[in-house]
Amino acid sequence: MSAAVESRASSSVRSSLTLNLLRLRTFIALLAVVIYFSFAAPNFLTAANIVLMSKHVAQNAFLAIGMTFVIITGGIDLSVGSIVGLCAMVAGGLILHGVDLHNGYTLFFSIPEIMVVILVLGVLVGLINGLLITRLNVAPFIATLGSLYIARGAALLVSDGATFPNLEGNAAFGTTGYAFLGAGTIFHLPVSIWLLIIVALAAAYLARWTPLGRHIFAVGGNERAAALSGIRVNRVKLFVYMFSGFCAAIVGLIISSELLAAHPATGTTFELNAIAAAVLGGTSMSGGRGTIGGTIIGAFVIGILSDGLVMMGVSSFWQMVIKGVVIIAAVVVDQAQRKLQQRVALQQMAQLA
Amino acid sequence: MTDAAARDDSDVVLRLEGVTKVYSGTVAVKQADFAVRRGAVNVLVGENGAGKSTLVKMIAGVERPTAGRILLDGEPVAFADTRDAMAHGIGMVFQELNLFGNLTVAENIFVNREIMRHGHIDHAEQERQTEALMERLQTGVNPRATVDDLMIGQQQLVEIAKTVARNARILIMDEPTSALSAPEVEILFRVITDLKAKGVAIVYISHRLEEMMRIGDYITVLRDGRVTGARRMAEVDLHWIVHQMIGSDAKDFSTPGVHGFGGEALRAEDICLPRISGGYAVDHVSLAVRAGEIVGVYGLMGAGRSEFLECVMGRHPLASGRIFVDDKPVRERDVGGRIARGLALIPEDRQRDGLVPILSVAENLTMASLSKLANFFHIPARREADAVQREVHDLSIKVADPALPVSSLSGGNQQKVVIGKALMTAPKVLLMDEPSRGIDIGAKGDVFRIMRSLAAQGIGILFVTSDLDEVIALSDRVAVMSHGRLTALFDRAEATEAKIVAASSIGHGPAVAPQRKELSA
Repeated sequence: MSAAVESRASSSVRSSLTLNLLRLRTFIALLAVVIYFSFAAPNFLTAANIVLMSKHVAQNAFLAIGMTFVIITGGIDLSVGSIVGLCAMVAGGLILHGVDLHNGYTLFFSIPEIMVVILVLGVLVGLINGLLITRLNVAPFIATLGSLYIARGAALLVSDGATFPNLEGNAAFGTTGYAFLGAGTIFHLPVSIWLLIIVALAAAYLARWTPLGRHIFAVGGNERAAALSGIRVNRVKLFVYMFSGFCAAIVGLIISSELLAAHPATGTTFELNAIAAAVLGGTSMSGGRGTIGGTIIGAFVIGILSDGLVMMGVSSFWQMVIKGVVIIAAVVVDQAQRKLQQRVALQQMAQLA
Repeated sequence: MTDAAARDDSDVVLRLEGVTKVYSGTVAVKQADFAVRRGAVNVLVGENGAGKSTLVKMIAGVERPTAGRILLDGEPVAFADTRDAMAHGIGMVFQELNLFGNLTVAENIFVNREIMRHGHIDHAEQERQTEALMERLQTGVNPRATVDDLMIGQQQLVEIAKTVARNARILIMDEPTSALSAPEVEILFRVITDLKAKGVAIVYISHRLEEMMRIGDYITVLRDGRVTGARRMAEVDLHWIVHQMIGSDAKDFSTPGVHGFGGEALRAEDICLPRISGGYAVDHVSLAVRAGEIVGVYGLMGAGRSEFLECVMGRHPLASGRIFVDDKPVRERDVGGRIARGLALIPEDRQRDGLVPILSVAENLTMASLSKLANFFHIPARREADAVQREVHDLSIKVADPALPVSSLSGGNQQKVVIGKALMTAPKVLLMDEPSRGIDIGAKGDVFRIMRSLAAQGIGILFVTSDLDEVIALSDRVAVMSHGRLTALFDRAEATEAKIVAASSIGHGPAVAPQRKELSA
């Protein structure tokens, strides 16, 4: 996120070296987790296991990418888990039952069409979140808490709470091939991993090299100054919630495709994992600071931690405790470093005076 | 620095020695000595940003000094917070009201030290005591009224009553009269005299010179965070105070360039901004700035100068009026649209409105002009770095690396970043709100030079200031505002201090109530 301006003075090289070490904190944690489990859990470092873990991580990583932008603007999106569920259910419904036109005909979409419809649905829910927050001045926490319930309720209403099983589709309606998204591979890598790479690179590019990305940081860092610099704050906010909804829709598609079934409880509490990944990756809850790379690493730390603990046979109750401790520890370390840096800077200023 | 008369130490209750306060980026108070005497009004005076508020905040325990010590009754003390200071008998009436608008007057007076009976709050007793207090202050405020329902002057009196009720022996008042009407000022002065007689030491900050001459016993002058003079009020005159405040040799306004003016770069017609409490914050103001011209807007606090600039910039959706840039009407109503039309604002409060502190110097500089720098949606790194480097050089911003956070810079350099950000949008007219506020002398000189050279390049500059010297020395024309209205417009040749001050007080009641009131009493 820092501007690409080459540093010249040697003192700043030294301080940026320290800063880089600080920034690599999450990466060091990831390495530690990987190394620990390679010894502690047999089969941990096999290719099959790594691919499997990556697919698990991808689910949280997509949501965390969207969440990172939202948090950078100073907001929060609690609705993403429910959007995952709603999107999975609507996708399942469209594949199995199509759209009943109430005149004796039923309309079936092809799989690509369904994917587009679902992505648009996710963006629309995000748009509603954004409009509530910008036009009606609802606090982001409340607005997205409300849509969390609404989207989850809608997901249950789609099937009256039932699961849509066997989403193989029907060749006669052209709805086969849904499994490719969740189970297919390109060059030996799962499709969902390719998708994650594409979305992550696009998001990182957006954050760093585009005016919109810069505006997202500016809005989170100081909304008043951003507005006075001519930045259309409301549009920026609308975008981040729509993008978050878009990411959630992708996850809804991937999960229902992997399972070839859509369950209305899909994605419950996923929003919390996404927030945790973003925070672990150095995103500040008060806005203005965060990176996509950090968030991806944060998602990997959380994903690998839980998968590794499962492989070691640690009880799921203890897993939750450990996850909580890791998240809090990450933020505590983050705060301590910031305080230290600030104190050093102040002392230097006092000496100058 | 300390004069013979002020060296008599017997009645000094609190003393600051070599106190320094550093905020990230600026040094607010440098090596200041200050003595507070009991049974006297100790006036603290200085221009905006001189460090008065910071100094008293350290006395009241709001801030802790970075260096130096505070002696209370000769003993060094360090207050953890305002509560701690209050326990030592130090109370403060803040400039910004610290009242809970949703609570009643009595609840506000007794907040955090509620009178308890049988484990619950004894509202009746609180209200009785408040009533007695209000009686003493002759405010006529109902203890059961909700603070939000009171007028601003009454709220100020409640704030004062709150501190008086705690039996403070040192009472700090930061601009207590700024929101008071003349009769309310009289009540306040009576309260002050009453407290003085009881041996309370009063620290009094004010901008109104005649007011402090009337009420003060000792005066301490601050300039740019340093104490420049401390004397008995009886020994000083207005001239001495102004001299200590401003300093004769301190200001470097740089000489005006010799260049002609172009056509009208900006014309604002009939700008109005309604005030929430009724009336107009900006009252039918019309003003024009020619290309290459510097127009200074002088006025007292609350005269509507900043609001006028904000209306021109499109920040207030409720504002009305017509704006022309280069004789073409500006129909864009939002800030972004007006920036595109060639207007740019340097806001008064750069921390709040000008900078994104956690972003880098480079990112702050380019923030308003990213769409200009970008190819469609891509920002080329090289082009951005070059533009940043050019601006850093042109404005001589002292920064080791533009990738450092802007909050690490000094106040003056931060101000230059805000100016640079505006300049990168290639403005035709620059609106500057208090461009020299809170920055040190050297940086002030730089900012003034920058203003001159921009004007020489044909940019029209409209700037707001509370500094008389500044407005006279820098402006090609001086506009004066009072109570939201434009009360005078002087050419450079005819702009004298006396005329400007007279125009700035049009519509103001005299700060000091008429004498006959005292005679009849």
